[in-house]
Amino acid sequence: MKPIAFMRGRFIAATISGLLLTGTLVSLGLQQLNWGLDFTGGTLIELNYERSADLGAIRDELATEGYDGALVVSFGSDRDVLVRLPISYSDAEGTRMVDVLRASTSQEVTLQRMEFVGPQVGDELREQGGLAMLLALGLVLIYVGFRFQLKFAMGAVIALAHDVLIILGFFSITRLEFDLSVLAAILAVIGYSLNDTIVVSDRIRENLRKIRKMSPLGVIDVSLNETLGRTLVTSLTTMLVLTSLAILGGDMIFGFAVALLVGVSVGTYSSIYVASTSLLALGVTKEDVAIPVKEGEDQDAIAP
Amino acid sequence: MLNRYPIWKNLFIALIVAMGFYYASPNLYAPDPALQFGGTSSAQGVDEATMARVSRALSASGVGHFGQEIQDSGKTGLVRLDSRDQQLKAQSILQRELGDGYVVALNLAPTTPDWLLNGGAQPMKLGLDLSGGVHFKLEVDVDAATVRKLEQYESGIKRRLREKRIRGRVALEGRRIGMTFRSEEDREVARSEVRDLYPELLLDRVDAETVQLFAEVTDATIAEGVEYAVAQNLTTLRNRVNELGVSEPLVQRQGKNRIVVELPGIQDTAEAKRILGKVANLEFRLVAETNAPISERQRFDYRGEARQGMTEWLEREIIITGERVSNAAASFDQNGQPNVQITLDGEGGMLMSRATRANVKRRMGVLFIERKFRTSYDTDENGETVINRQPYDEKKVLTAPVIQSALGAQFQITGLDSPAEASELALMLRAGALAAPISFVEERTVGPSLGAENIELGVKSLQLGLTLVVLFMMLYYRVFGVIAVVALTANLVLLVAVMSLLSATLTLPGIAGIVLTVGMAVDANVLIFARIREEIAAGSSNQLAIHSGFQRAVTTILDANITTLIVAVILYAVGTGPIKGFAVTLSVGIITSMFTAILGTRALVNLAYGGRRVERLSIGRVKMKPAVTTAPTNAESTV
Repeated sequence: MKPIAFMRGRFIAATISGLLLTGTLVSLGLQQLNWGLDFTGGTLIELNYERSADLGAIRDELATEGYDGALVVSFGSDRDVLVRLPISYSDAEGTRMVDVLRASTSQEVTLQRMEFVGPQVGDELREQGGLAMLLALGLVLIYVGFRFQLKFAMGAVIALAHDVLIILGFFSITRLEFDLSVLAAILAVIGYSLNDTIVVSDRIRENLRKIRKMSPLGVIDVSLNETLGRTLVTSLTTMLVLTSLAILGGDMIFGFAVALLVGVSVGTYSSIYVASTSLLALGVTKEDVAIPVKEGEDQDAIAP
Repeated sequence: MLNRYPIWKNLFIALIVAMGFYYASPNLYAPDPALQFGGTSSAQGVDEATMARVSRALSASGVGHFGQEIQDSGKTGLVRLDSRDQQLKAQSILQRELGDGYVVALNLAPTTPDWLLNGGAQPMKLGLDLSGGVHFKLEVDVDAATVRKLEQYESGIKRRLREKRIRGRVALEGRRIGMTFRSEEDREVARSEVRDLYPELLLDRVDAETVQLFAEVTDATIAEGVEYAVAQNLTTLRNRVNELGVSEPLVQRQGKNRIVVELPGIQDTAEAKRILGKVANLEFRLVAETNAPISERQRFDYRGEARQGMTEWLEREIIITGERVSNAAASFDQNGQPNVQITLDGEGGMLMSRATRANVKRRMGVLFIERKFRTSYDTDENGETVINRQPYDEKKVLTAPVIQSALGAQFQITGLDSPAEASELALMLRAGALAAPISFVEERTVGPSLGAENIELGVKSLQLGLTLVVLFMMLYYRVFGVIAVVALTANLVLLVAVMSLLSATLTLPGIAGIVLTVGMAVDANVLIFARIREEIAAGSSNQLAIHSGFQRAVTTILDANITTLIVAVILYAVGTGPIKGFAVTLSVGIITSMFTAILGTRALVNLAYGGRRVERLSIGRVKMKPAVTTAPTNAESTV
């Protein structure tokens, strides 16, 4: 099989990334994210009806009882109903509403779950989430800068920021609900994509030291080819389990699995193109990764 | 010889994996649905006769049960049920049979056999999203705690000055208490009195048009007060949760002023909230005399329907608050009237005796304070509606009995409307009072059926994901793939074992973390195998390829995993609840996967191929390398 000249396509890749990022920023600017209950606050109630639930009747009942702004949708099957109350209702309102709905029908109604999130918590969570992401990026920058070299660290962080933004864009455009589990998934993607980027960077560093008669661009291409098999296999196995989570994991885990699926795909692409292109743009040279002479002398001794 | 582990190393790995199996195995034993019951007061215990009653009552209603046992040296009892569907029905049967003196709680009783328990092996705890139950997050009102602290200083100073017959005006001004005196001498006496009473206050003399003294409450003192309030609330909530009789409750402080309460198996959230959230704070104040100046008295409504519309004038000064109450019990006096016997702590008794000694035959009002919210809607500059929820304390008079004699640390409240009111008041008092008001900022309820469904979904997706990965690895890497699968299985077992040993709680995101770990754990193996293939392609001998393949992959694996670990640790530090669960599984998974992938896989590969002539490695298709990179590898590969 002929080696693929990845870097020849870097301008096309940069254009694609640019377009994706522009789309993300436009969508985030225009319609933000479809914040889940964890962030907006409010009350969410999931009910299971014995037979099929009449959404119209439930809406009418709630309207006559004065629950303005209640959102009633079916959830999974026609027997499962999800009701969401805005933040203006107190924490006691949920239980009362369940009683109202139980009284209004002859069917057996089971409370599956009820969540109430106060307004303080939501704001804090958004702050904490943003902080966690920045902290993760910052520490990664330091660790990779220390273990590799600053240009590699910048490349890794640019790739991570790229991935995170595109997942946010995906959730903004598709209007999928952005809740706490999606935030966790994004942080997991930072971990995963980083893993990928480090493996590629590690090989680039090794080859920059090893292959003497080649430009950095050529070395990066060789390195990408060498790691391609591993990158694809790992992404594939991860995507296999994520797909099974998305399909079988149930509604509570769906957003989490989708965020990770998007993240792993983008992360795979970004570890090939974004990190390496950034590295080239930052002007990586062989001197950047040269081993200090002292270490080179006792290579044998440090081999485990 | 190349690629041979010394025996001790193989034994070490085998030992670790064996321990993994041992500590993971309790999770294979599904717990029995059970009911746990105990008396609400120490007088009511559980003995053989109680157990017999329980068994009879369940049999009479046709509920299959077994394995009754008395626990906690007669404080609680446990009965296991044949099926989970009958748990709720059995609960109501037992509740009726045992009466109000007992609390009957849903429970899942572990079925871990003794040979595992003796070694300290225990199953993982299930999170609320898997077991069903309620999660509350409460916020302690720090401002209210501060205000209360300030008011305590104010009334303390007032009292001391009155006792010492120093005339002056005392008023709370923000964070300081201002005192105005007639003369310089009065101020000096007052100054030494205040310093004696509250050495922690900063005193400052000001001579303006009048002779003034300011006592400032420092930030440190305020912080101390807040700290005390939160700690006291934590204790109180623990007591109240115990009153609820939940089997494995969790009451935990979170951050500066939050408290998380988790009640597995609870169905009736309204009841739980009623008991937890009720401030049940009491203030004992004298009923004001009719000629008292208006600045020293306040009017309050009566609580309860029977005395709707009636009001009472009480003095502004508080004798004691609910936090001084150490015990309370409902009972009846000689006339058969309901009353509440109250025991105060030492300081409470002293204050009470000092206040009532000179006021026999006057009346003392008991104020009941409840946390309420006032919601208002404003429009901000963007035309959006802003919701303001202002918490406030509603204070109502519960009763205002006549002080029959000087009261001490023990006395009783009579004149209550009904035995029910007496027992409710006593219950709340016994559970302890909250030192500062709390409000619910978050509440999550998961029904038991959804919990069971979540477990099923989690397990199913784990099975499917695992099967797919196993198939792929075996097809792609052949014998090496099989080795990777064995290592992956060992990794899962170790992960579960470590989680069980840490007594970590398994949540749905936790299961997702395990599933993700399965996908990512093979990465280390993939890295190693890819390296070995490259070495073979570069013309190395098979043994050398294995050796340097492992060696060169290890640094990459370490770098990649440590960075991921950094992210997981941040997740743990910043996240709450479910995110923490995910972070724990992810971190543990990364560590165990490094062990199994680097050491475990190596041991297996060594056993399969090491130390002998191997014609061909079964590692799937080896792609011949492009010519440019066939430069010989480093000197180290000639070891």
